[in-house]
Amino acid sequence: MNTIFLLCVLLVLSAVGYRMGKASAVGRQNGGTVRLHSLPSYYGYYVALWCGLPALLLVVLWTASSDWIVKSLVVSALPDEIRALPADKLSLVVTDIRNIAAGNIASAAATPAVQAAVDTYLNLAGMARSAMWLVGLAAAMFGLLLARSHVAPSMRARNRVEGIIGAVLIVCSVIAVLTTVGIVLSLVFEAARFFVAIPAADFLFGLTWSPQTAIRADQVGSSGAFGAVPLFTGTLLIATISMLVAVPVGLMSAVYMADYAPARVRSIAKPLLEILAGIPTVVYGFFGALTVAPFVREAGALAGLEVASQSGLAAGLVMGIMIIPFVSSLSDDVINAVPQSMRDASYGLGATRSETIKKVVLPAALPGIAASVILAFSRALGETMIVVMAAGLAANLTANPLNAVTTVTVHIAALLVGDQEFDSPKTLSAFALGLVLFAVTLALNILAMRIVRKYREQYE
Amino acid sequence: MDATVTTQNVSGATVPVPMPMPASKVAARGVNVHYGAKHALKSVDIDIRENQVTAFIGPSGCGKSTFLRCINRMNDTIASCRVTGDLRLDGQDIYDRSVDVVQLRARVGMVFQKANPFPKSIFENVAYGPKIHGLATKRSEFEEIVEKSLRGAGLWEEVKDRLDDPGTGLSGGQQQRLCIARAIAVSPEVILMDEPCSALDPIATAHVEELIDGLKSDYTIVIVTHNMQQAARVSQRTAFFHLGTLVEEDDTAKIFTNPRDERTQGYITGRYG
Repeated sequence: MNTIFLLCVLLVLSAVGYRMGKASAVGRQNGGTVRLHSLPSYYGYYVALWCGLPALLLVVLWTASSDWIVKSLVVSALPDEIRALPADKLSLVVTDIRNIAAGNIASAAATPAVQAAVDTYLNLAGMARSAMWLVGLAAAMFGLLLARSHVAPSMRARNRVEGIIGAVLIVCSVIAVLTTVGIVLSLVFEAARFFVAIPAADFLFGLTWSPQTAIRADQVGSSGAFGAVPLFTGTLLIATISMLVAVPVGLMSAVYMADYAPARVRSIAKPLLEILAGIPTVVYGFFGALTVAPFVREAGALAGLEVASQSGLAAGLVMGIMIIPFVSSLSDDVINAVPQSMRDASYGLGATRSETIKKVVLPAALPGIAASVILAFSRALGETMIVVMAAGLAANLTANPLNAVTTVTVHIAALLVGDQEFDSPKTLSAFALGLVLFAVTLALNILAMRIVRKYREQYE
Repeated sequence: MDATVTTQNVSGATVPVPMPMPASKVAARGVNVHYGAKHALKSVDIDIRENQVTAFIGPSGCGKSTFLRCINRMNDTIASCRVTGDLRLDGQDIYDRSVDVVQLRARVGMVFQKANPFPKSIFENVAYGPKIHGLATKRSEFEEIVEKSLRGAGLWEEVKDRLDDPGTGLSGGQQQRLCIARAIAVSPEVILMDEPCSALDPIATAHVEELIDGLKSDYTIVIVTHNMQQAARVSQRTAFFHLGTLVEEDDTAKIFTNPRDERTQGYITGRYG
C-alpha cells in the first residue's frame, strides 16, 4: 500500500516535471527569437523521464533488497545462542519473528530474545519504509532539477527522449527473453540431475512408467521405473485423435467461411467459432470427463466393445473440439490470402465453386494450411487440463484408443502436485518430460514458421 | 439505337424485345446494373458483331468493365450486384434461369487486367479448363489441346521446352499470353479482355495486340482499354461509355475521326478522362 502511494507521488512529480520542462523550453524561446531544437513537449518528456525513471528504479531496488538487509540486521542482533543454531532452525526463528511482527500465529511462544528481535524488526522495517520514501523523493527531485537545468534551446530533447524510450523498450524485451532463457535453463539443469540418476536411454526407450520410488530402505514394491515410452505413445495417440477431429472440421469450416458463407453469416459464425477458443480448457475437461467419456463408453458397450471409462478416444475427441478454432481461424486467414484474381481466373473458365476451391484455392493455400495444422498439433501435445480430467493417469502402452492412456503433460502435473522432495528422481523426471515436450513443440513451431515464411514469399 | 426496353426492372419476359440482327453475337437491350444503391450501368443497348474486335473505351468508373463482366456473368460473384434488362448470346438470354453459368463461361472466356496464372505448371494452367469441362481424357489429347492453345496465343515456341515449369515464373507479357492460351483452350466463342495490356511494357503490349488481331478470325473479341491508340489499332468497332451510359458505338474509324457526340469528341481529344 505504502509503495503504491509512493509510486503515485512519483507519477505526480513526473507530471509536474513535464509541465516545468515544457514551460522552461517555451520560456527560453525569448518570444520566438530563439529556435528550439525540438517541440516543447519533448523538453517536458525529457524532464519527466529523468524525474520518474531513476527514482522508480531506486524504489524497486530498495523494495527488493530492504527485506534482506533488515533480516540480516535482525539476525546479527540476536543473542549468540540463537545465532549458533543450525541454518534450518535459524530460519524457523526468523520466520517466527516475521509472523509475530505481522500479527500472525508463530510456531512457538515468544521468548524475551525473540520479542526483542520482533521489536528490532518492526523498528527497522519502519525505518526502511521511511528511507524508501526519502530516497525515492530525493532521487525524483534531484532528477527533476538536474534535467530542468539542462533544458536549453539547443538541447536535442527529441533525440534524447527517443533514446530513453528505446532503452526502456530494450529492457522490456530483454526481460521477456531472459525469463524464457531462465525457464529453459532450469528445465535443462533439473533434467540433467534426473539423467544422472536414471540413464537417458532408459528414460527415452523404457517401456514401463512407474515413478514411485522407495523413500525408506525397508519400503516394498516401489522400485521406480522411468521408461517414458507409454507417455509418449499416449500423448501421440490423443493428439492424433484430436487432429483427426480438428483438421477436417476446422478446414472445412474455414473453406465455408472464406468462400461460401454470405457476408452476414460470416460476420456471425466466425466470432462464434472463435468463442470456442476462449472457453477455459478446464471447462472442456469436465465436459470431457462427465459427458463425452461416459457417452463413448456406452456407445462402445452398445457396439459390444469394452471401453475404459477414461479412454484416449474421449480425451482426443474433446481436445479435437478445442483445437477446431485454431485450425479454422489460421486456415481461414491463409485461404483469404489467396488472391481474388486466382478465383476469378478459375470462375472465368467456367469452374464451379467447389472445383475452384479444390483445384486452385486449396493447392495455393496448402503450405499455410500445413503450418496451421502443425501449430495445432503442437498445441495438442502441450494441452494438459483436458487430458488430466478426461484421460486419467494409467500409463498403458497401447495403440487402442478405447483403453485408458495418459500423456506427458498429465504426468508432469501429477508429479509436481503436493509435497515434493527435489532430490528424488520421481520429482526430477517431470523436468525431463518437460524438456522432451519443449523440444518437440519447439521443433514443430520452427517448422511451421519456416513453412509460413516460404509461403509468404510466393505472393509478394 | 431504339430503346424499346425502359429502365424498369424487368427481365425480357414482360416487355417485347426486338430480335437481334443475325450478325450480332451479343445483343444488349436496356441492361442496367446496380451495386447496392449505386446505379453503375444505365440502360445499355448494343450489338456486338461476330468475328470482330469491339473496344470499350471511357474514363475510369464509367461502367465499361461492369458491362464486360455482365457478358459472362462474372458479376454473379459480387453479392450486392443486380443486373436487369435483356442480354443475349446468339439470341439466348444470358440471365435466363435455364442458363448454366458453367457452360456460359465455357462459351464466353475472359482475360483479366493483371495476368493471373495459377501457381501450377504451364501445362496445368492451359489444361485446367479442358479438364473441368471434360474436353479430354487421355494425356495425348491434353497435349494436343495445350499445344494448339499455346500456338494460338503465340507462346508455344517460347515455352515448349519447359511446359512443366511454373506459369508464375514467366515474364509479365508471357503470363498474359498464357492466360489467353488458357482462355482459348476451352474453345470459347467470345473472349472478353479487361484491360489486358495495362500491366505490360510496350513490346509485350505489341505482342498481345498482334495476337488479338489474329484471334478475331476465330473468336468474337470484346476488349476494355484505357489506351485509345490501342482501341484504334486493334478494334473494328468502338463503344464509348461515360458515367454509366453508352454514349455512342460505331465503326472505330468513325469514332476516332468523326464522333457524333461531343462527349466522345472531348474524351478522344483528351479533354477529360
